[in-house]
Amino acid sequence: MTTLPVGEREASAEAREARLAWRLVAPALTAILLVALFPLGWTVWESLYHHDLRMPWLGRPFVGAANYVEALSDPRFWGAMAHTLFFAAVTVSLELVLGCVLALAMNRAFRGRALVRAAVLVPWAIPTVVSALLWRFMFEGQAGIANALLTATGLTGPPPVWFIDATLAWVPVVLADVWKTTPFVALLLLAGLQNIDASIYEAARIDGASAWRQFRHITLPLLQPAILVALIFRTLDAFRVFDLIYVMTGGGPGTSTEPIALYTFTSLLQNLRFGYGSALSVIVFLVTFGLALGYIRFLGGGLAEERA
Amino acid sequence: MPRRGWATATLALLVLGSAFPFYWAIVSSFTPEARLFQRPSLLPTTLVLDHYRALFTERNFWVPIRNSLIVAGATTVICVTVGGLCAYALARLRFRGKGPLLTLILAVSVFPQISVVSPLYLLLRRLHLINTYPGLILPYLTFAMPLTVWLLVGFFRQLPAELEEAAMVDGASRLRALREVILPLALPGLAATAILTFVYSWNEFLFALSFTLGPERQTVPVAIALFRGQYQVPWGQILAAAIVATAPVALLVLAFQRRIVQGLTAGAVKG
Repeated sequence: MTTLPVGEREASAEAREARLAWRLVAPALTAILLVALFPLGWTVWESLYHHDLRMPWLGRPFVGAANYVEALSDPRFWGAMAHTLFFAAVTVSLELVLGCVLALAMNRAFRGRALVRAAVLVPWAIPTVVSALLWRFMFEGQAGIANALLTATGLTGPPPVWFIDATLAWVPVVLADVWKTTPFVALLLLAGLQNIDASIYEAARIDGASAWRQFRHITLPLLQPAILVALIFRTLDAFRVFDLIYVMTGGGPGTSTEPIALYTFTSLLQNLRFGYGSALSVIVFLVTFGLALGYIRFLGGGLAEERA
Repeated sequence: MPRRGWATATLALLVLGSAFPFYWAIVSSFTPEARLFQRPSLLPTTLVLDHYRALFTERNFWVPIRNSLIVAGATTVICVTVGGLCAYALARLRFRGKGPLLTLILAVSVFPQISVVSPLYLLLRRLHLINTYPGLILPYLTFAMPLTVWLLVGFFRQLPAELEEAAMVDGASRLRALREVILPLALPGLAATAILTFVYSWNEFLFALSFTLGPERQTVPVAIALFRGQYQVPWGQILAAAIVATAPVALLVLAFQRRIVQGLTAGAVKG
């Protein structure tokens, strides 16, 4: 055994710990760099070339920003962006409001916890492809169960054919997404609710605050971090929507429900335009990144101030 | 109590709303094809096994099930072992660069899959890995590795630090403390993480659609999404396949529901 002065021994122990840490981190970090960051860089590089796999004789000439210029003047690109934003705005707001109601209910009820947890987890855990098919089946044709129930209420005239109408086709799409992900939002918000100290409510009750005032002035502000997390995760998820729409409408009728991820996929793997598709990929990435930063800036910033 | 009444009613609606599409799919998957769109009635009248039989004889649905098991299984094993070591270091060891690493991992876990499809396709094509198992497992690491690390950091942080310190005072090295003290305690967390990683990989669609060419390597979601009949959409078989694809993940999640909820919300809220 070597004897070192205490200070040096501590320093070397720290260095050893850091060395060990980097050795443990290295394999996972290498994997992430190789399969995620390196490809991301490659996408940017690829987007600067004209690269059409159907026309290999053209080679792969450098075209600078031409692919981006084409995207910005492509009406189908703007349509896809608009559909994506519309889908994200509608589903995320519905999911947050409904999720909040559900979380409040779950926080209050005492019976049937296991049943509720199952009802929450199972839709979230199944493949999106499956939920898309279940909902497509319910709205399929004129004689699906949705139309049967609608006719039974007697509110509508002739049952609509949902998937051939550019506007109506959104209804089952939005419903399927809300059905699958609201429970997850509720779960996140419930965790936030359970972190709130119950004595605050007691104090408010003694002061005679109404249920609404308690919700507005205690629950909502204290739930803000959980709401922010749910908002970020759900918006980013909604922005890259692909499976659901690919299976339910295929982006149709025409391209009227086509989101940006589906248009990018089509450009890449159906039209085999890798340069152009990569430019679209980069745009999707930048918008997602911007959304995440924006949220943290505007909502998270206020959050930090409140805590300080 | 009236105030609890609304909560119970809301939750009853939730359970009903969550369950109905499953109920309807299960009932329909046992209904003869000819009756599927004839006056749908909420209670089944004739039940047949035809669709399930056709699924496994005519469609050979075992092949996508095998593909999914291999791809999701391998992804899970790789991510939990490699990601587990990384998460341990991030949760329990002191070293410079830890903060930026955690941020990097979180950032990678939220970036859109579509933004790496093009280079991964070109790369896999050059390596002759399109339509192979490694050609799916490697791309799956892009989302599964950060997810696993993120969840496990949360689980490792919950373990009391004193135990490990006690083991090290006894003269055990860091790695031995990890193996003999931390690992057994972390097993439930590792199991929950493994299940979540498996479920995400089992459900994945975009990469599986992009990097396979034919039924011999298609995973379950891709196989179902691309089901075609000769003359019409074979809804009976599609629904039977949907039930078969859902059953394993639903059972796994239900069996471990407590831990999974803990892992998910701890990672997201306290992260």
